[in-house]
Amino acid sequence: MSEPVISVRNLQVEFVTRRATLRAIDGVSFDIAKGEVLGVVGESGAGKSVTGAAIIGLIEPPGRISGGEILLNGRRIDNLPPDEMRKVRGRKVAMIFQDPLTSLNPLFRVGEQLIETIRTHLPMNERQARDRAIELLTEVGIPAPEKRIDGYPHEFSGGMRQRVVIALALCAEPDFIVADEPTTALDVSVQAQIISLIKKLGRERGMAVMLVTHDMGVIAETADRVAVMYAGRVAEIGPVRDVVQRPMHPYAKGLMGAIPTLEASAERLVQIPGSMPRLSSIPQGCAFNPRCAHAFARCFIEQPAPLPVEGRRVACHLYEADMAAKTVESVR
Amino acid sequence: MSPRPYVEVTDLRKTFDVSKPWLNRVIERSPRQFLKAVDGVSFDIKKGETFALVGESGSGKSTVAKMVVGLLGASGGEVTIDGVSMMDPNQRAQRAQLRRRMQMIFQDPYASLNPRWRVDRIIAEPIRAFNVVEGEANIVARVGELLTLVGLHPDDGRKFPHEFSGGQRQRVAIARALASNSDFIVCDEPTSALDVSVQAQILNLMRDLQQKFGLTYLFISHNLAVVRHMATRIGVMYLGRLVEVSDSKEMFARPRHPYTRMLLDAVPDLAMSGRQRIPVAGEIPNPINPPTGCTFHPRCPLANERCRAEAPAAIDGVACHAVAEGRISAAPQPALA
Repeated sequence: MSEPVISVRNLQVEFVTRRATLRAIDGVSFDIAKGEVLGVVGESGAGKSVTGAAIIGLIEPPGRISGGEILLNGRRIDNLPPDEMRKVRGRKVAMIFQDPLTSLNPLFRVGEQLIETIRTHLPMNERQARDRAIELLTEVGIPAPEKRIDGYPHEFSGGMRQRVVIALALCAEPDFIVADEPTTALDVSVQAQIISLIKKLGRERGMAVMLVTHDMGVIAETADRVAVMYAGRVAEIGPVRDVVQRPMHPYAKGLMGAIPTLEASAERLVQIPGSMPRLSSIPQGCAFNPRCAHAFARCFIEQPAPLPVEGRRVACHLYEADMAAKTVESVR
Repeated sequence: MSPRPYVEVTDLRKTFDVSKPWLNRVIERSPRQFLKAVDGVSFDIKKGETFALVGESGSGKSTVAKMVVGLLGASGGEVTIDGVSMMDPNQRAQRAQLRRRMQMIFQDPYASLNPRWRVDRIIAEPIRAFNVVEGEANIVARVGELLTLVGLHPDDGRKFPHEFSGGQRQRVAIARALASNSDFIVCDEPTSALDVSVQAQILNLMRDLQQKFGLTYLFISHNLAVVRHMATRIGVMYLGRLVEVSDSKEMFARPRHPYTRMLLDAVPDLAMSGRQRIPVAGEIPNPINPPTGCTFHPRCPLANERCRAEAPAAIDGVACHAVAEGRISAAPQPALA
């Protein structure tokens, strides 16, 4: 693998409240290479979106990055002053949000929003920027872009709006894009179009993409590698095929079994008892221990570190060398 | 099982008036405009089965659900539940009896529970409204029983909805739906707002309750995988019309209508079998000016002159000229067979 575009090392994000300091992200590490799509899955509250926001420097007080570092092309960006970070954001790193209606300004024409963004980041005049905007709209698959560029967001359908948002993110040719639930607000038929668009753009432009979603199907279709998050920690990270088809972490296993599929028609879905802990009451040791069928004494005391197992990293005591021989077989 | 279906929906229609205000119409000389949200939908549900309606947003699924339970008046057509017409003014008395037996579970458990009421009061409301159980002590006991049934603790009744997670709230909504001893439950996207692991819990619970009490479900969803898991029979809706109705297994093994095929193809492939997916073109058109003929023709690869001119009638559960004329190969989709 070539030099990673984005490298997150032992990231910690905390939210300071009157009662306590809540740790939303606790020791998350991953790299994303040029042209690679990293899928980040997990349930609500797992810290997926906060991770994305931290990378792009959008953690607002009372939240703060309390540890670890984020490197973009080898340069630290997590400790940049706000002015510096503004220049990086949009130019080098960009974000696609979930709801295309709220991420576009309803009072401005689509073209004005694109041109403004282009001219903020690139030395172009109005004419050149407009041409560039039309090019981008063509690239994201909007028919008749020279007409649609003068339309207002409400004149676009949901899928078309999300294409506009993607075009906005591409304005300054960023190296890295965070796509936070880009297809959640869309219908299945449109979702498939947007997924293939993001995949195609990532590959053609050699961008690193972090795709945050709760939809495992979207990850399976799009991502090269996947990180399964639970309670602010990465439970398992590895090549998408391995993790989806043969998950190892008990949480990842439960998550995969819980998804109804078109292929198998199992009588009952696998059910993980309970729900994700609140940030204020993350259990000691492994955060998954109250819901885990394989938890043993050590899981309640010591937080598992990510272990390299079969080409991936799994944060679970079951896979530690001395345990491996005894337990792994029984888990399978 | 009675020979007559439990729920019969015949040629159900709903038209919304979306005209501009009177003065604007006069000044701009614009005509009245109507939106046909539901356009001649017919299906029936047998007792104890789950009938699912699927389709993209704007296809009219929820409008059908609301008309079936009577939350929305129909513009035409007939709904009959257990032999009682939901429309006939002469059957008002019978309908009042029927109301107790039908309940609804809504999509958003954050919006469907009154935030100022404690959960025991929420669940007891249908019991009190229909006089299902007499006496305060008995009501309390019944509420505790219902909470246990949906996997909560009887003491949870003293809490307010905000103290529960999304999945637990949906359990409360299910308990409320069962409170009046109902046997027909309309579920409008009951798990769309939930996480997958919680969704699995709720779907399993709904299936268990169905087996225990012989419930009949009308299940609305846009998620085909969920529908496959829950439904006995499925109706696919497109722009207010039912384009295909068939048994769940049959539909997934051998989808017939081109739109059904397209929908199945659009579902992300979790098994990563590498099956070739036909890219889906276009989006659902504006229902105010729907395409002529078969409303699916602008997105259909098999559309011809007849499709553009003439709306297809349902033959053997499929409303498609191409299927009727044998222009579409009946080959099953390899990956799904």
